[in-house]
Amino acid sequence: MSRQQTHRLAMIVITLVAAIAVIPIVFVIGYVVWNGISAISWAFLTEAPRTGMTEGGIMPAIVGTVILIFGTAIVSMPLSIATAVYLAEYAHDNRLTRYIRLAIVNLAGIPSIVYGLFGLGAFVLFMGFGTSIVAGSLTLGIMTMPVVISTAEEAILGVPQQFRTVSLSLGATRWQTIRYQVLPHALPGILTGLILGLGRAAGETAPILFTVAAFYLPELPGSVFDQTMALPYHLYVIATQVPGMPLSIQYGTALVLLLIVLSLTLTATIVRTQMRRRREW
Amino acid sequence: MAVAKESPPARTRADETHSVNWGEAIIETLIKAAGISTIFIIALIFFFLLREGIPAFLDIPLRQLFGPRWYPIEGIYGLLPLLVGSLMVTVGAVVIALPLGIITAIYLGEIAPLWLREILKPIIEILAGIPSIVLGFLGWVVLAPLVQNLGAPTGLTAFTGSLILAYMSLPTIISISEDALYAVPKEYRDGALAIGATQWQTIWRVVVPAARSGMVIAIMLGIGRAIGETMAVMMVTGNASNIPPLSPGMFFQPVRTMTATIAAEMGEVAQGTLHYNTLFAIGIVLFVISFAINSVAGRLVGVKGTRRERHGAQL
Repeated sequence: MSRQQTHRLAMIVITLVAAIAVIPIVFVIGYVVWNGISAISWAFLTEAPRTGMTEGGIMPAIVGTVILIFGTAIVSMPLSIATAVYLAEYAHDNRLTRYIRLAIVNLAGIPSIVYGLFGLGAFVLFMGFGTSIVAGSLTLGIMTMPVVISTAEEAILGVPQQFRTVSLSLGATRWQTIRYQVLPHALPGILTGLILGLGRAAGETAPILFTVAAFYLPELPGSVFDQTMALPYHLYVIATQVPGMPLSIQYGTALVLLLIVLSLTLTATIVRTQMRRRREW
Repeated sequence: MAVAKESPPARTRADETHSVNWGEAIIETLIKAAGISTIFIIALIFFFLLREGIPAFLDIPLRQLFGPRWYPIEGIYGLLPLLVGSLMVTVGAVVIALPLGIITAIYLGEIAPLWLREILKPIIEILAGIPSIVLGFLGWVVLAPLVQNLGAPTGLTAFTGSLILAYMSLPTIISISEDALYAVPKEYRDGALAIGATQWQTIWRVVVPAARSGMVIAIMLGIGRAIGETMAVMMVTGNASNIPPLSPGMFFQPVRTMTATIAAEMGEVAQGTLHYNTLFAIGIVLFVISFAINSVAGRLVGVKGTRRERHGAQL
């Protein structure tokens, strides 16, 4: 086989393999939409499950997931952004900084089920929050920190150095410079990271298994110390734990979860694109 | 490294000896505390795993703890079947995902026309965003019956889990491999092409070897991702806690992973029992494995450099 033929063959093989990698993704989304769309109705979205969850809607699970998204944001946002500011603006290149970065890399790599165990041991039992929205939000919030920190840090580093120089030369302090010059310009990037992290948190099941998720709870939670249903766990329950569950409800639930998570991811992407387009430097 | 990052002027000595006002000092302390909190959190996670998991190591004879039988009902807690289960599913996933991921990265980085690249990259990002429970659900209702049709006695096998995991780790492997390819200087390609190599020869003999270290990181993080995955694996691997006999068909047997064991059994155990402690002990094993993988991979990436700086240095 000549060099040219080898080249052509290799190109064909590479293209085929890339297709094998990408086509199932399109298929997965298409398949869930195709099978789930018929289950979705106003009633499905606004009613509680009935008759052992085989009828009715998934409203409590949707509400629970939305609550957890907000809870996660409240926990994750302040700590992550402050950490990003520290790393981008204050940290010297020393041992402490290296340990902090190592900690973040490792936080990102810890399996989600281990976060679940941590949440159970620390928040549910040790701090006595019980299986509750607080415990779940704290667990998910900590789990999202690495994503938010690294995106926020990149956004802060992306603000041109001149902005800081000018601000400092006008007599602003370092914190004033960060507060009034750096953070406003880095905001879209920081938001991107936050929304990405929230999207991931919204879809997670393992961390909420023992910290907040309720098997079946038709009422909405009354306080942050109550359990709540959540879409990912609900999907797991109706797919594997409830016999005789109509497939359409399962697909419908999967579709709603997919839409919530992907719309968050998509929002993040749009914010990022807008930011790049509008960037004036 | 000629494009060295200008060090922020705020760090100069003159500025630090200048007036220090109290509000400023408090805020700086808070921000620094936030940074240090990440180390504190990692330590806290390990502490709570130890706190609940240590009794398992003390009360179960080591010989039994790493023995081949996991029968919690009879009070026998051997982790070996779970380790083997996790190992099989992970190895299977990496064997499938590596060629797929690296070749897709080559396609995206070296071959695909720009417009196609612009379409494919978001699609792969979407894959990273699909919740694992949704993939597990599809594995359960769609993939498992297909695998069973291949002739396996059940569709819920190690192979089914590997297949799903492979796709879940693809975005990680593709994006890191792409970074590695991107970091190979253009001169290398130009040089190879100029002396008459075909594009394929250039990719295979010049670009890929130059990107090798980046791809090692991709493999490691892919493994890290795969070994910690829980829900999808729990739904499609059958959860049988026996060690399949060594044979070519072993991947088509049901297995039970460490992660799935925790997720499936924690809901049913009473707090403080040995079973409960053992599930935390599995958590310790998972924590240590992921810590080892990520620390080494993190060091290889150069924990200091952000993605941006690494790319900036190439331009």
